[in-house]
This record gives sequence, C-alpha cells and structure tokens, in this order.
Amino acid sequence: MHLLYSIFVDPFMQMGHAPDLLVQTLWDGLVSGVLYALIALGFVLIFKASGVFNFAQGIMVVFAALTLVGLNEHGVPAYVALALTVVVMLVLAVAVERAILRPLVNQPEIILFMATFGLTYVLIGLGELIFGGDPKVMISGELGLPSGSYRINMLGGYVQLQKIDIAAAIIASLMVAGLGIVFNRTRIGRALRAVADSHRAALSVGISLEQIWVVVWFAAGVVALATGIMWGARSNVSFALEIIALKALPVLILGGFTSIPGAIVGGLIIGVGEKMGEFYWGPLVGGGIESWFAYVIALVFLLFRPQGLFGERIIERL
Amino acid sequence: MTETEARAQRIGAPVLAVEEVSLTFGGVRALTEVSFDVREHEVRAIIGPNGAGKSSMLNVLNGFYQPQHGIIRFRGREFRGMKPHVAATMGIGRTFQNIALFRGMTVLDNIMVGRNLKMRGNLLQEAFWLPAARREEIEHRRAVEEIIDFLEIQHIRRTPVGQLPYGLQKRVELARALAMEPSVLLLDEPMAGMNLEEKQDMCRFVLDVNDHYGTTIVLIEHDMGVVMDISDRVVVLDYGSKIADGTPDQVRSDQAVIDAYLGVAH
Amino acid sequence: MFYREVGQYKTSYAADQALLPILQDRIGIAVILLIAFVAVPLTASNFALDSVLIPILVLSLAATGLNLLTGYTGLLSLGTGGFMGVGAFACYKLTTFFPNVNIIFLILCSGFFAAAIGTVFGLPSLRIKGFYLAVATLAAQFFLSWCFIRIPWLYNYNISASIEVPTKTMFGLAVTGPTASSVTRYLIVLSIVAALVLMAANLMRGRIGRTWMAVRDMDLAAELIGIRLYQTKLLAFAVSSFYCGVAGAMMVFLWLGNAESESFNINQSFLILFMVIIGGLGSLLGSFLGAALIWGLPIVLRHAPDYLGLHIRSATVDQSTFVILGVLIIFFLIVEPHGLARLWQIGKQKLRVWPFPY
Repeated sequence: MHLLYSIFVDPFMQMGHAPDLLVQTLWDGLVSGVLYALIALGFVLIFKASGVFNFAQGIMVVFAALTLVGLNEHGVPAYVALALTVVVMLVLAVAVERAILRPLVNQPEIILFMATFGLTYVLIGLGELIFGGDPKVMISGELGLPSGSYRINMLGGYVQLQKIDIAAAIIASLMVAGLGIVFNRTRIGRALRAVADSHRAALSVGISLEQIWVVVWFAAGVVALATGIMWGARSNVSFALEIIALKALPVLILGGFTSIPGAIVGGLIIGVGEKMGEFYWGPLVGGGIESWFAYVIALVFLLFRPQGLFGERIIERL
Repeated sequence: MTETEARAQRIGAPVLAVEEVSLTFGGVRALTEVSFDVREHEVRAIIGPNGAGKSSMLNVLNGFYQPQHGIIRFRGREFRGMKPHVAATMGIGRTFQNIALFRGMTVLDNIMVGRNLKMRGNLLQEAFWLPAARREEIEHRRAVEEIIDFLEIQHIRRTPVGQLPYGLQKRVELARALAMEPSVLLLDEPMAGMNLEEKQDMCRFVLDVNDHYGTTIVLIEHDMGVVMDISDRVVVLDYGSKIADGTPDQVRSDQAVIDAYLGVAH
Repeated sequence: MFYREVGQYKTSYAADQALLPILQDRIGIAVILLIAFVAVPLTASNFALDSVLIPILVLSLAATGLNLLTGYTGLLSLGTGGFMGVGAFACYKLTTFFPNVNIIFLILCSGFFAAAIGTVFGLPSLRIKGFYLAVATLAAQFFLSWCFIRIPWLYNYNISASIEVPTKTMFGLAVTGPTASSVTRYLIVLSIVAALVLMAANLMRGRIGRTWMAVRDMDLAAELIGIRLYQTKLLAFAVSSFYCGVAGAMMVFLWLGNAESESFNINQSFLILFMVIIGGLGSLLGSFLGAALIWGLPIVLRHAPDYLGLHIRSATVDQSTFVILGVLIIFFLIVEPHGLARLWQIGKQKLRVWPFPY
C-alpha cells in the first residue's frame, strides 16, 4: 500500500506542490532531449539512405567536436577551425563511402552494423592519437555562442534557463528545417528519398548510390558537428559521450528508424521522460535510473506499437 | 475399372471446409464470404486471376491470417480462426509461393525440421546426446531418407538450400511438407516459374504423393493445362469471391469463369 | 590431397550423424585436446596461461553462448555482459551461502540464474525482431549494470563495491583465490569449456538446433510447420544466457580473481559480439577463432614495438591498437563477411583438391 502510494500518488503530489520544480525538470528534460534528437537525426539520415545502422554516430559527434577544439588549440581561429572541421567531416564521409560502404554493398545489415563498430574504434583511436584523450573545453565563446542564463520568476519560485540551451534549440530547429527543405524541395533530396525507398529501383533510373551515400554521411557529419558544439558547450568534450549517444537508440525505437520528425519527437519524449523518472521516481530505488530508464520507456512502447510513432505498420507476407 | 473410376472411388467425405470466410486488411477486402469444401484424397485446385485472394485463402487455412468472419471445419472440429501450430499439429502441411525454405541449412536439415512435431527429445537428452536422443534422430532420419528417395533428391542431401536452383528448391519444400506426414497438403503455386520439363516432374510428384500417401491436396496454380489435368475439382476466385466450383469440365464451360479469367487469359 | 573423405563410407545413419564424420577431423580434434590438456600445462608460462589462454577460453565460452543466440537463432543481443555479470554475482552469492559446496558445481549452478534472467529479458523477442530486439537487450544490459552497482547485497556490502574471490580448494588443491596456481585454473577452465562446447555441438546437430536455425532463417515458415516461436526463442535465450553466465562466473573466479560492475558493462557485450561476428555467425569453431583474434591481437600489438626494438609511449600504443583493431575489423568484414570459420572451410576445400585443383 505504501509502495503503491509512493509510486502512483506521491510523485504527482510533489509536482503539484512545487510547480516551479516541475517546469525546471521539464525544461532540463527537453534540453537533453534536443541532444538525443540530434544524435538520432544523424542516425536516421544514414539509415534511410544507406540502410546502415550507424553505431559510429556518437563517436562522430565526439570526433567533430575534438577536431574543432583541437584545431583551435593549435592556433587556428575559431571560424576557420569550424570551416576546416566541416571539410574534415566531408573527407570522413568520402573515406567511409570508399572504405566501408562500397566494398560491403549488398551485405546483410548486421555486417554493415559491425563495420561501423570498426569505424568507431578507428575514430576513437585517431581522436586520441591526434588530439589526446583529456577532456577539452568547447570554444563556445569564440564561436559567438551565448553564455549565462535567464532566471524567470514564476509559480512561486523560479526557473533557470541556460542561454546556450535556448541557442541549441534554435539551431537544432533551423537544421531540421534546412534538412526538410533539402529533402523535399531539391533534386538531390528527391534522389535521396528514392534511394531510401529502394536501392535497386533508384539505381535503375540512374541515381548514383555512391554520391548519395557521400552526401548523406556528410550531412550526418555536419549534424554531428552541431551536436558536438552544443553538447561540448554544456559539459566538456570527452569520449564519455559515446555511452550517452547510445540513448539515441531508444529514441529511434520511439520515433521509428526512418522518420526525421520521429527522431525529434522521440528525442524530446525520452529526454523529458528520463528526467522526470529520475527526479520523481528515481529516489524510490536509490537513484541513478537515468542509465536505463530511457530503454524501459522504449521497451514498453515497443510492446504496444512495434513500428514506432511515425513508422508504417508492417504486414508480414509469405 | 478405369483409372479415373479408381480415383473417384478413393475420394471420400469432406475433411476440410470453409464457410463464409471473409478477410480484410484495413479497408482492403481480400476474401468475401468464401465457402467451399475439400474431400478426402482429392486434388482440389484454387484458381483465379492475380490478386483474387488465392494465397490469402491458404493463409487462412493454416492459420497465418485470422479471418474476420466465417468458420473453418477440419476433421469435425470447428475453428473461428486457425493457429499455425494447431494447423500443423492436426496435419495441414504447406508450401509457399515464394519459397520459404531455411536457406542457411542443408536439404537434409530442412526436411528434418519438418519432423519436428513428431520428435519428443528434450534439452537434456540432446545436450548429452543420450541414447534416447540418438535413437529418435536415427528413426526420423530413416523416415526423411524415404521422402528423399521418393522425390529423387538424394544427390543434394548435404547441399545448403540457398545454393540450389529454383526447381529443386521447390521440390525440397515439398519434401519438407511431406516430412510432417500431413493429411492435407496446401501447395501454393508449386509449378510457378518452372520450365515444361520441371512442371511435368512436379505434376508427377504431386500425383504420386496423392496416390502413394493418400494425401489430400489443395493447390493454387496458374497453368490452366496443369490444373485441368491433375485436379479433381476446382474453385475459382475473383476479387476475393467465389465465382465457380466444380469439376474441371464444369468450370471450363462456366460463363462467369470465362468472362473473369479464361476469356482474358486465353 | 591430405584432406579427403574419399573411401570413408558410412554404413549406418548413426555413423553419418556423428559429430565429426571425417577421420581427419577426429584425429585433429584429438591432437588439439591432447596439446591443450597435456602439452600446454607442462610448458606454458604463467603469463601465457593467465593473460592469454584462460581469457581466450573464458571469452570463447561467452562467445559460444552469444553465438547460440545470435548466430544460430538469429536474435541479436547486446546484453551479453549483463548476463555474464548475473552469473558472476550469482556465483559469488552462492559461495557466501554455501561455503562448503564444490566451487565447480557452484559455477555451473550460477549459469541457471543467468538463464532465468536471460529468459525474462528475452520476453520482448516474442513481439520484436532485429535491431529493435537489440535495443531491448541493451535495456537488460544497462539495467543489470545498474543493479550490480546499486544493490550492495550482491557484493556483500563490500566498501569497494567489488567482489573478492574466496580461496576454495578441491582435493586439497587451491582452485580459486590468490593462492590457486595458473595451471590448476587453466585445466578447470579448459574442462568446463570443452564439456559445455561439446554439449552445444550436440544441441546443434539435433532437433533443438534445427528448430533454432529454422527460426533464424525464416521464422514465419518455421511457425507454419509447427515450431512454437515463443518456446524456441525463450529456450535459446535461456541456453545462451546459461553459457554466458558460466563464462561470467569463470571470468571472476578462475581468471580475474576479483571484479566489479565495470567488468560486465556494455563494452564487454560489444567485445563478445565482435568475437562472434569476426569468428563466424553460426559456427562454434568461429567463437574460438574470434575470441583468439580479438583477445590476442591487442596483446601482440602491445608487445610488437618491444620486439621490434621501437620505443613508443604506451598510451600511443594503446591508441594505435584501437585504430588497428578497427581497421582489421572492417578489413575482415570486407574480405570474409562470414567470418574466420568460413575461411577455414574454404581452406579445407582447397586442401581437398590440392595439388590438382581442376
């Protein structure tokens, strides 16, 4: 009885008693949700166009951020470093296409998945070899990103909003809008959608798969760079993100592997759900449930809607 | 007594029947109030143009799809819808239009899987390869080898089925279904995509199975010649509804069938 | 020329269904076992036993477990580390509760705890497949990792949050704990692994193995010929987790000597998955080859500069190891996506016709 009370009643009482804390928790959840959504976004891009379950998306974020900061440390001005990093991501995309995708075309999904594991190792090793393994501070000031926070008095308390988080949300929205335009309005976007639908059909009408793959991996690389900057501005640039990036997986389950809106909405739901779970229900079991709560949300969701939020229902045929 | 009469004598009472079966996917109607029966030992064909709902009908019969309305009767029992393993346990075997073999396994293993329902071995017996497990394995191997001989596929016993040509794969699939010792065998386009020679072989096997094992056969086929030759009775489906039912000769002269199907095709 | 089954006719189904129907294979396995049980213990150094052979054997067993699930039944799991952890912690608790029971018995028993937990986390496999299932097993991994840290009862409220292996003896010989000799531990690990792998091989040639592979190759068709998907998948999860659990228990009791939750984290799961994929999905031999390669390679790389007389900072070596390992993984996948076991098969095929390939 007491247990049921503390699970089903008490947390909601707390929310009612301290609405400002509730708003703060929601906001924090949304903010980490944006990060998850961005990682998931890069992932969806690649999965849609090349059918690759890209495990390396997380490490691409770290690698991009490391490159940016590392170049700056070596005396390259911030904006030049930014431009150079974009070039590095392009080189990476070309390299991935040449060294992994092209030789492994037509292999089963799991083989490509494992290959991106190999890529992860290579990127971890290279990143540490070139820039060292110590956490670095993101050059957010030099890039003109705001710092500090707003403090809004409301609901009998106050809510604190970091300016960088607001900037992150805006940049993320712009990027999604940009991708939407590219996908729906341009020639290359049409080719992308064709490839996503069927590799073979796209090939047969003369779309170059190689070119599309490079474009998509490059786009995912740029998304990774943006993610890396946002996330680096909030904590440090270190390899710890690799594990956090796995949180993109439940996001994908929620949103479906091929849906960009799904990635965004899923990311926000997971972010909020996780923070709420940790803050209100976590203490019941000793805290720290953030590490797995997202997966449980996704799992429960899966059992009721296996195709994801925006995925199409699959009718199995024989 | 002529051969036809001998066949006619073997055919017994209905073993399998569907009554008023309707199946929809979302808003799409795949089957509308279809009824027909299948008699013991007969070769029953289901024909119809593409998209007429033939495969859906077989899928309903062995429980892969659940119909929204209607009843399936099998050996005196009534089902609102079948469950795949119930169908399999009760002796309904099946082959598929797009071959559904286990591609990574050898021909022998594929057919041995068909014996699964007849095997009783448990985890411990098999892990320690106890005499019970060994005996069972050999006993079923013997049964499988008989089928292999029957269908003349001895030479490919150890070949992974993924490496076999199409025609042989179809034969292996038939072998796997036979290994279940089914009393009713559902064949979904057993001759699709075959050349004349392969078709003749397959026809022979289907009839041999019917004769030798006394298996009742329900088959879907597009080749009119084949259907008219080997089947005892024919159901014609069009747009998910039954438009004709009878002997090949009756169906051939049915005006609705000619309009819907034969008239267009030939 | 050297390798041919010509002339070895089978006159009974029993002979045809033997694990190793070909004489050369039987001789080969006998020689390997002889070396492993006799020659190695007599000659190998403690370093070779402790850092190379015991780890490879233990990891091979875990890889075998995962291979049963992923390679044979087609269910991708990223929870291997967690299931190994269940085995390890279960074994630790069992030694606390039953201090006088034979340790090998307890190690095997702990596998059953892992099997139970594995079955529970296998439940979602009834509704979902592929990568979706992989994420579900990831949930198991993170949840179990969390349990290993947050439930102090599991490590007997030890302040360091780690488990220390007590010294256990058999026939007056220390088997576990700091005083146990490498050779003793090696022989025990080898025996358990050999026995369990033999059992796996038996399972795979019989009915259960066939139903698993049928589910892997085409689950819908399997269902339609009367295989119960639920039971089959859950059994695969249970057996696989049993193997992983035993491997986890051995890892702590017979190899590391102590362990904390870190030893059973997500990276461990990925490492085992690597071994299975590089070795060959659906091949027991592959589990061993994969484990040997993935474990052995970094050791070779780490020592290579010394042998070559180069002086490189150890950090640099570690980082290069990462890069080289990554490149090699990609390389192997490109050269032979079916793993080392397939390379071995191709080699045998070549030997069969050598020296006249046409």
